[in-house]
Amino acid sequence: MNAIEIEALTKHYTTGFWRPRPYPALDGLTLSVAPGEVFGFLGPNGAGKTTTLKLLMQLIYPTSGHASILGKPVGDIAVKQRVGYLPEQPYFYDYLTAEELLEYFAALFGASAAAARQRASGLLDDVGIGGERRVQLRKFSKGMLQRVGIAQALINEPEIVFLDEPMSGLDPLGRREIRELILRLRDRGCTVFFSSHVLADAEALCSRVAVMANGRLSATGRLSDLVAFHVRGWELVVSGLPDTALEHARSLGHVVRATKLGEGRYALELPLSPAPDRTLAEMIGQGARLVSLNPVRDTLEDFFVQQVAASKPRTSAEVA
Amino acid sequence: MRTIRLVAVNVFKESVRDKILYNLVIFAVLMISTSYLIGQLTGGQDVKIIKDLGLASISIFGLLISVFIGIGLVWKEVEKRSIYTLLSKPIRRGEFVVGKYVGLVLTLVINVAVMTVAFYAVVGYMGWAAPENVRAAFPSPAADPAMLKAVALIMIELMLVTAIALFFSTFSTPFLSAMLTVGLWVIGHFNDDLRNLGSYVGSSTAVWLGKALYYVLPNFAAFDVKAQAVYGQPVPMGYVGLTALYGLTYVAFVLVGAVTIFSRRDFK
Repeated sequence: MNAIEIEALTKHYTTGFWRPRPYPALDGLTLSVAPGEVFGFLGPNGAGKTTTLKLLMQLIYPTSGHASILGKPVGDIAVKQRVGYLPEQPYFYDYLTAEELLEYFAALFGASAAAARQRASGLLDDVGIGGERRVQLRKFSKGMLQRVGIAQALINEPEIVFLDEPMSGLDPLGRREIRELILRLRDRGCTVFFSSHVLADAEALCSRVAVMANGRLSATGRLSDLVAFHVRGWELVVSGLPDTALEHARSLGHVVRATKLGEGRYALELPLSPAPDRTLAEMIGQGARLVSLNPVRDTLEDFFVQQVAASKPRTSAEVA
Repeated sequence: MRTIRLVAVNVFKESVRDKILYNLVIFAVLMISTSYLIGQLTGGQDVKIIKDLGLASISIFGLLISVFIGIGLVWKEVEKRSIYTLLSKPIRRGEFVVGKYVGLVLTLVINVAVMTVAFYAVVGYMGWAAPENVRAAFPSPAADPAMLKAVALIMIELMLVTAIALFFSTFSTPFLSAMLTVGLWVIGHFNDDLRNLGSYVGSSTAVWLGKALYYVLPNFAAFDVKAQAVYGQPVPMGYVGLTALYGLTYVAFVLVGAVTIFSRRDFK
């Protein structure tokens, strides 16, 4: 059984007062996430990431399609018992302290007062705001609220956590701490589904990703499958390369770019074709020595940009 | 039930820490206390004036608390998105609405109790300080316990106002909710005019419509027994009981409406 199963999930909003037209926020998303995965849900702003998460939390109802979590339909109280959720830019009750908020949420999961206090206290320490536990939330900064948000998402020791832009509002140190926290959750067997437009986070954490663009799923798969085999050229480092040999290779178009590292030592960018062994053989024939040869692969960022660019925005006319 | 209690306690905690509530209660207590001074200006009528002003203060400030906090409760959660985290917890939307309502009623009970204690302290002092011959001329004892019936009906009225405010706030902005709630409160106090529309207009449609509105809209005038309480006229327990039952039934219907709307809402 998959941890998350999404089938043809669609959400249209209506825009326009006099002539209401459907606006597709999410269009036929089909996706599944296995238990224990750290799944990155990627896409630029407005791609449908938050809409999907809200549908999974039943904060909004789908126009069509279906989604289930842990084998049960979303919104089921028994499912909520096993799930944690961090909304984008979380906000809480102004006049409660961080400790009171977490105790309140723990009690909603059925924890006794003593257990709630203990859990709240431990989590606030974990996310680095243990010292501010008795401060009212209205006095918290954006980054501190984000940490409270992460703590509350973990209050029930969930089997699945949904994190909407978990790194948002955090400084570099905070981002690193949250990355470590996500990895700890993974090690504990927790499924993590997180949305982000920061690709470095996905590259550092995810076993699989989905790329969204304009409300549609653009691509999904293992990170290695999506980006590793998109070799777009070669990086060749040589020493003892005569300038004449370099000029010759350039004139033939076998070298795209050359960066001088030292006397006779160059980092060369070679095109995908012709194969680099021929260029290398020629250079070695003129006295050069091989230092290294590596394929230049697409990064997740390159892949992301290609996918988003390939997906044209949907118009309401198309939907209608 | 546990979930509703938890939400209610949280609402209570939140609202007692909100400055707007303190301001309203302090102002109400001041108003009740100063009615003592106003009473001094009127020869012989002082206790009656104080009772009038005191009960009116409890009613009006209670109304302000119901409307201001009632309309803000749900709207603020949605607008500031704190509802996103809450609804991801094991809680049904209906439990959320009812919990909010119970919490607000709890807040109101405490506030009305504070105002009532202040009111009885002032009238009690008046009765104690008045010379024997003046006291004998009072239509009813200064700290007449029968006035509690009026306070009880004010409380039921406020519970209904709160339910209506909460109902509007499940789908509307605070400004519109406040306007609609206060509008209904005003209409509800002049409800008899709707029933008697036949004596002013000839159109049978208008008369029928007036009657229909009379039965559908909340009859707030029924909760107002302040004049009887002030003049020491009897208010039968049966009337208090039936009116309370009417109010609570109305509250139940309004809450069902609020839960129905809220349960279907999208939080964009």
